[in-house]
Amino acid sequence: MSSVALAGNVASAAALRARSEDRTAWLLAAPAIVLLLLFVLLPVAAVIFLGFTDFELGYGKFRFVGFENYAHLLNDRTFRRSLWNTSVYTAIVAPVSIVLGLGVALLIEGEGRARGFFRTVYFLPVASLIVAMATVWQYIFHPTIGPLNALLSLAGIPGPNWLGASNTVLYSLSIIGIWQSVGFNMVLFLAGLTAIPRELYAAAHVDGAKSALDRFFLVTWPMLGPTTLFVVTISITNAVKVFETVKMLTDGGPNKASEVLLFTIYQEGFVYLRVGYASAMTVVFLAILVVLMLVQYRVLDRRVHYT
Amino acid sequence: MNSIPAGRIIRFALLSLGALMILAPYIFMISTAGKTQSDIFTSSLALIPQHFYFAENFAKAFAKVPMATLLWNGVIVCGLIFFFQVVVAIPCAYAMAKLKFRAARLMMVLVMLGLLVPIHATALPLYFAFDRMSLLNSYTSLVAPFTISVFAIFMFLQFFRAMPDDLLHAARLDGMSELGIVARVIVPNAWPAVTAFAIFSVVAHWNDLYWPLIVVSKQAYATPPLGLMYFRAAEAGDDYGALMAAALIITLPLVAAFLLAQKRFVEGITMTGLKG
Repeated sequence: MSSVALAGNVASAAALRARSEDRTAWLLAAPAIVLLLLFVLLPVAAVIFLGFTDFELGYGKFRFVGFENYAHLLNDRTFRRSLWNTSVYTAIVAPVSIVLGLGVALLIEGEGRARGFFRTVYFLPVASLIVAMATVWQYIFHPTIGPLNALLSLAGIPGPNWLGASNTVLYSLSIIGIWQSVGFNMVLFLAGLTAIPRELYAAAHVDGAKSALDRFFLVTWPMLGPTTLFVVTISITNAVKVFETVKMLTDGGPNKASEVLLFTIYQEGFVYLRVGYASAMTVVFLAILVVLMLVQYRVLDRRVHYT
Repeated sequence: MNSIPAGRIIRFALLSLGALMILAPYIFMISTAGKTQSDIFTSSLALIPQHFYFAENFAKAFAKVPMATLLWNGVIVCGLIFFFQVVVAIPCAYAMAKLKFRAARLMMVLVMLGLLVPIHATALPLYFAFDRMSLLNSYTSLVAPFTISVFAIFMFLQFFRAMPDDLLHAARLDGMSELGIVARVIVPNAWPAVTAFAIFSVVAHWNDLYWPLIVVSKQAYATPPLGLMYFRAAEAGDDYGALMAAALIITLPLVAAFLLAQKRFVEGITMTGLKG
């Protein structure tokens, strides 16, 4: 009898402890939950809500317009231009900086004494203020006094007006974007490379993978799968979020040739103060990020055997 | 046997060529910061200035840009953001990782959702709210939206899960409160994760232009990127000597920190990057 009572006591004591632990957990997490609601969830809800209104800052009243903002977006030439430019920029910067990042990582991995030096140099842009470096690039790209065109003219090539002409501005911005992100991708790939067990290379050698290229395709590339997937997603996301260089160097110009998504949202929302319309654009931007994440999860699911 | 040194030479040459392209902007920044206006217009390829004009350009940059204020604002804003992020995220991550927390799963969903939402997506309503509360042009508006970092929660969560439970049991037997455990057992043991996150956080917020551009319109609260933008606009972007000098001063603190604590930097970015 007494043992049953004791067991009951122990059980209720355990339940009591669990409840008190749950309460402590709530208290510890409370500041995070409140701030998360205040600065992430509520604002996102507000953006989705505002996207269905014609709210403008400075006017007190607004009304519901349903999907009018979205219908308008479809025919908005600036917005379409902006989506297109962002896609082109991403299609250049992401692949090139991934391939170069991987290449540099592979080269550095095999390097002996100079390894530390090269790693530092390639990583330098990540630690530099991009706004400051953007002004340096503006000087380098300057059509008349810039060193790049001076160099080209030595070779007898007439240099273009890099940031000032609508047919080159996006490529010039892409060069800056690549310069900025190669080192970041390199560091991630280096971490992935060092995680590959050495024995695999020895095994591959025994299996007849004699050349470096064979070993790369047999061991390195498949083993790097998860790292590569991560680098691809983060590179695309970062490229889609390009803003600093555009705001600093071109203001979307000339003639909207470098108008990108975040810059257009910024202009609509904070310069023209058309909050409702800018909110609809923001929802499109968020949707793009969601799709990118879903794609990453799908690929990760299929590739899970590598991890 | 001859092919091995040849391969090594090619590898070294390729790496050097790439390194030169990475370094070119820095070289031109330093060289141009020491040139006179006429030097800049006549000889853009000469790396050594004909007349050393460093002092004059730096003086001009310091006279026209309140450098000390900018750097101070940058330090204050990044420092406060990092402080709040850690103070908010660590207890939350601890509760999710180590306590019987019934809402842990729900929290995990919120954190994963939060990871998707950058400041660019929440900026409009936040700006509106700060404007209503007359909090534009203040440290509060610069710092507040970033006090919650779901990324920090996510990262510390991974780190805490790997921590042995015995450590916590021992502390509980010693009669420590849960808050005491967080402060005296968890935080000291989480130091590598905290430094890694510090580097990630400071690099991100020192560089950010979007949010300061939205909530700040006065020099007094400008962060380094914003201050440099004002300076460039005021100088019409033509006085490249002074502009490069200003760019150099503003880039230097973080680059110096990176060169001094290189290993930590690379570790920090790798750790935060790979777990992101």
